[in-house]
Amino acid sequence: MGRRVLVTGLGSFWGGRVAQALERDPGVDVIIGLDTSEPTVELDRTEYVRTDESYSILSRIVRATQVDTIVHTFLVVDSSLMSSRRMHEINVIGTMNLFAAASQPESKVRNVVVKSSTLVYGSTYADPVWFSEDSRRSAVPRHGVERSLLEVEGYVRDYDSDNPDVAVSLLRFSNVLGADIVTPLTRALDLPLVPAVFGFDPRLQFVHESDVVRAMMFVLEHDLAGTYNVAGEGLLPWSEVTAMCGKRSAPLPPVGRGLVGALLTRVGIDMPPELIDLLTYGRGIDNRRLKQAGFEYCCTSAGAVAAFAEASRLRGAIGAESTYRYERDVEQFFRHSPAVIRDQPR
Amino acid sequence: MRVMAAEGSSGARRARPKLVAVPTDTHTDDTHTDDLGPGDGNPGAGRQGGARAGGDPLAHPGVSDAGRLSDVDEWGRSQHMRDILAKLYDPIYDSWFRVEWEGFDKIPREGGALIVANHAGAIPADAPSVMHGIERELHRPVYGLADEVFKKMPVVNLAWSRLGGVQAHPDNAYRLLREQQQLVMVFPEGAKGPGKPYSERYRLRRFGRGGFVQIAMRAGVPIVPLAIVGNEETMPIVAKVPALAKLLGLPYAPITANMFLGPLGALVPFPAKMRIRVLDPIVLDVLPDQPRYSRSRIMDTSEDIRHAIQEELYDMLRRRRSVWFG
Repeated sequence: MGRRVLVTGLGSFWGGRVAQALERDPGVDVIIGLDTSEPTVELDRTEYVRTDESYSILSRIVRATQVDTIVHTFLVVDSSLMSSRRMHEINVIGTMNLFAAASQPESKVRNVVVKSSTLVYGSTYADPVWFSEDSRRSAVPRHGVERSLLEVEGYVRDYDSDNPDVAVSLLRFSNVLGADIVTPLTRALDLPLVPAVFGFDPRLQFVHESDVVRAMMFVLEHDLAGTYNVAGEGLLPWSEVTAMCGKRSAPLPPVGRGLVGALLTRVGIDMPPELIDLLTYGRGIDNRRLKQAGFEYCCTSAGAVAAFAEASRLRGAIGAESTYRYERDVEQFFRHSPAVIRDQPR
Repeated sequence: MRVMAAEGSSGARRARPKLVAVPTDTHTDDTHTDDLGPGDGNPGAGRQGGARAGGDPLAHPGVSDAGRLSDVDEWGRSQHMRDILAKLYDPIYDSWFRVEWEGFDKIPREGGALIVANHAGAIPADAPSVMHGIERELHRPVYGLADEVFKKMPVVNLAWSRLGGVQAHPDNAYRLLREQQQLVMVFPEGAKGPGKPYSERYRLRRFGRGGFVQIAMRAGVPIVPLAIVGNEETMPIVAKVPALAKLLGLPYAPITANMFLGPLGALVPFPAKMRIRVLDPIVLDVLPDQPRYSRSRIMDTSEDIRHAIQEELYDMLRRRRSVWFG
């Protein structure tokens, strides 16, 4: 019997990508995707279930579907998308309900993969150049998204120690770049003048969007448990990233940059405080543990930036591509109608 | 910590590594980075490779790697910037400070080593002189560990980082010394050295909490002590303004003798003759990569090194006939 996988955040960028990758895996029998909104990518055999943000129906779903694997991608790491209250609801309460459902006595869950972020390490002047999985934070978390992710990781650890025979893997992803992903960082790079903090040129590390999905598939495939950083090889100065994208930078004042960020956000240029910290002090991620486990990155940091720059140039020439639209009735028809002949060779 | 790949057998017991938290405790007030406080654990040890990657679930995208546009390394150092500075600093080194080395051969030509020295002058000229001298002769980079306050300052942090400065964090020092076998320079006195008044010149301050010894032990590299004479006279501190230092967030805000020579004096050092004596390298007779080392051993070694540099300074001062001509 193959795996029965539950993917949270199916409508999000990552949920959709992971579900697509799982569909290609012949070892996966059933894929159930949860989200508040409809999928944004084309899916073949994934079952979509609409839930509320805090996943209150989860225990019923886990019981009814007997899933053995949970891929938790529905963690908000972009604080500019929503209020901190809503982010707390999705991240912390959602994770709490997810693990509550997964730890009920009749649960068959054996693998859990959680997609966290290197935001949990913070970014301050006292940081080491590299953060390994065991590094300590240099300062108390100041931003809502960092606090919320740290709380989530607390639930993950609790679940891990309460359920010794479940392989729990916590992946911390660095800044993701690629052809499609939109983050505060890509929005900053898409501005005509890229914001930078005057007198600072921090080094950042990037991971290509396909490496993100590959890393999640990798830990599932190899039953890897534990905490792993995921980041492409190499650190790049922000000025070099800007230059690789063919952009010029606009310096922000180094003093009162939080205030400037808030003002920019007010006029429609998203500058969340954690991004300003990152553009001041940078963050290096030690990616060796996952590499030692056998994972091979397809892209270095520079490769991820180059991929983003290429896609950005293409978008500049032809405009944004049309996106997939989920048609509930059509999907229902293809999946469940007796008129459709399934299992035909393609 | 073990990482094991149990393929297929979902029922088999796996060796389960613990999930790790990111502790959120901050530095205490008296933790100076020049102290290089006790490092925890060893990031490189005890990892076991699991299974190799099988078939990739996703095809590789077209882009693998792209050409870099700058030569800034992971520490922020740029050889290009270093070369430009070398051209500018050469005349200062040769004609202004007229730096002279004794026992230069004791600096290792290969392998990691931790260079420690006394630190002085309101804007210390010892760091650039030592780094410039070694890089010019040995053609290998020297990374200088600096207090975290510099990382907060706009422009300063950038210049320092491009020229080989690294935040004095135990993890950084370990990686440079152990894994990359680089030359690393640190001033164990920290800001207390350059911040002392002229009346206390050539009297070494406390060597932090001996963190530099612990780093050298963990990294398994020798410590090369330097005694530097001449620095104290380049920019003597006659008074300090603690209120201004507090306001600007600096370790100290000095009034220097140079300032009495006009506005440029705030930045231009006096042309004191600089002599650098290299002491015998100290090989620490302990196993590297231990999680902890004996505190007494660390403090004793630290005090021995401090004492050796202090004695050497007295000896050099005894022989010095002139502050300006050596």
